[in-house]
Amino acid sequence: MSALRPSFFRPAIRSVHNYNRNAQLRNLLSTLAVLEHREGALNPISRNTITAAKKLGGEVTAFLAGSEAKKVAAEAGKLEGVDKVLIAESSAYDRGLPENYAPLLVENIKKGGYTHVVGAHSAFGKNLLPRVAALLDVQQISDITEIQSEDTFVRPIYAGNAIATVQSTDKIKLFTIRGTAFAPAAESGKEAPVETAEDPNAEQTVKWVSEQLTKSERPDLGSAGKVVSGGRGLKDKENFDKIMTPLADALGAAIGASRAAVDSGFADNSLQVGQTGKVVAPETYIAVGISGAIQHLAGMKDSKVIAAINKDPDAPIFQVADVGLVADLFEAVPELTEKLKK
Amino acid sequence: MTALRILVPVKRVIDYAVKPRVNATQTAVETSGVKMSMNPFDELSIEESVRLREKHKSRVADILCLSAGPPKAQDVLRTAMAMGADRSILVELGEKDELEPLAVAKLLKEVVQKEDRNLVVLGKQSIDDDASQTGQMLAGLLGWGQATCASKVELVGEKGVRVTREVDGGEEVLEGELPMVITTDLRLNEPRYASLPNIMKAKKKPLEKKKLADFGVDGTNRLKTIKVTEPPPRQGGGKVDSVDGLIAKLKELGAI
Repeated sequence: MSALRPSFFRPAIRSVHNYNRNAQLRNLLSTLAVLEHREGALNPISRNTITAAKKLGGEVTAFLAGSEAKKVAAEAGKLEGVDKVLIAESSAYDRGLPENYAPLLVENIKKGGYTHVVGAHSAFGKNLLPRVAALLDVQQISDITEIQSEDTFVRPIYAGNAIATVQSTDKIKLFTIRGTAFAPAAESGKEAPVETAEDPNAEQTVKWVSEQLTKSERPDLGSAGKVVSGGRGLKDKENFDKIMTPLADALGAAIGASRAAVDSGFADNSLQVGQTGKVVAPETYIAVGISGAIQHLAGMKDSKVIAAINKDPDAPIFQVADVGLVADLFEAVPELTEKLKK
Repeated sequence: MTALRILVPVKRVIDYAVKPRVNATQTAVETSGVKMSMNPFDELSIEESVRLREKHKSRVADILCLSAGPPKAQDVLRTAMAMGADRSILVELGEKDELEPLAVAKLLKEVVQKEDRNLVVLGKQSIDDDASQTGQMLAGLLGWGQATCASKVELVGEKGVRVTREVDGGEEVLEGELPMVITTDLRLNEPRYASLPNIMKAKKKPLEKKKLADFGVDGTNRLKTIKVTEPPPRQGGGKVDSVDGLIAKLKELGAI
């Protein structure tokens, strides 16, 4: 199979010979895409997962578990690239806890004979999939940004300061994707058939107690087209809210924060952009009072346009910003907000 | 009350403040002559273990640290012991050898069984490979409960553990029972500095040296690194001197 692989992933050469070979390979490859949902709707990042799964070229089966799996399956089945949806409809999987979710996946991966398993490098995917990989005895490939062939993947390491290309020798290739590196799958106009998964009913040993989520009317930070992000330069929470919120409103942007701002209590944990927080890649990223530490840059340097407002002309953020303004943010940002409103 | 027999795995990595450079042959990141330190998430694991002992005086039987790496990895184990760990195991690897998370998880499973551990506290990821896998893999191999990205850890009752974990969009609370695997997130605590007297004391704490073979673990890598490259450089676009200039430039770039 590996001898055939290179031609398969090369841009289509329209010879009958190649066409047949590709068709053959397509039959050999089969991918299970582990999707996420919440409150009866598919999480946006699952659409990116489908796109990555489809890139491999084989048949794509979308996997959903939880009491609302059937409802979400209708949504997932309409996405381009999904050939089949496999569901485990049980409230035991509602919280996505890995102690029983991992055995559920392992059972179905074995039964389905999948060659590839893909999920998102989200809180859910990060928590669950390594456990699945260990149970299957395969080495997971995390947070990939590119699929070069059915066994070769590209991923950032060292907080995005280096890019590694790795080839898996495992029988099953299990990997998580960086959402912002793959476009969301569009609607196909067709509906894929839904099948019921094998449910091993593994015991859930850890109990879910409660959750506290930050409610917001704003676009989701992870998928927003525009992000305005505040740092330590804002000095306190009051200023953060007073300065960043109107700017975000004027632009229709999501609000992010640097780790320094989060640690100082200016903004909620879930807003943190960086290696240890969220990785974003919006069209427009405006960094306000953020110096640009390695750990922050890892989370935003793939944004299309970066603007920075900082009073320190030597701040490292200016080395990556497409446009920089050296100014006191307390004067510049309100002025910017006013002028954007016009 | 079940006594806690804690294992804290630690990794020696390039110091977080150093900007890593890819080597000339594009096979890896240059590590020779570069400042190395303990992985920041692992410092949190030790700190949390030591705090558990301070809070529940009689509950923590002992804190064992382990690192798998080159002989120099014993420096990070000494640091861990200066912070309060009781003893260490160094699984010595070759200078250029690097275990993948799956192999580390298999090694840790053997250590857990040999050393009769019932709580493993790991960092949520190492800042070199950024894989974020080892703790979850270990929990899977052992069949234990897991609580990843912990921002708060509390002991409840006889053998209960309540963990607040950071998830997308906020946090959630889980409750499990020992034995368990916990991985630490940055907001869990603020690691202490090792004082000079504690650094001196740590030199006398036991540090056992082992080999992978002693645990019957195969360290063969499953992933082949084809190449390592620098990311495409981002060119700073220069500065403007007024808000109007900023808006004009953003419009020109099609950003607003």
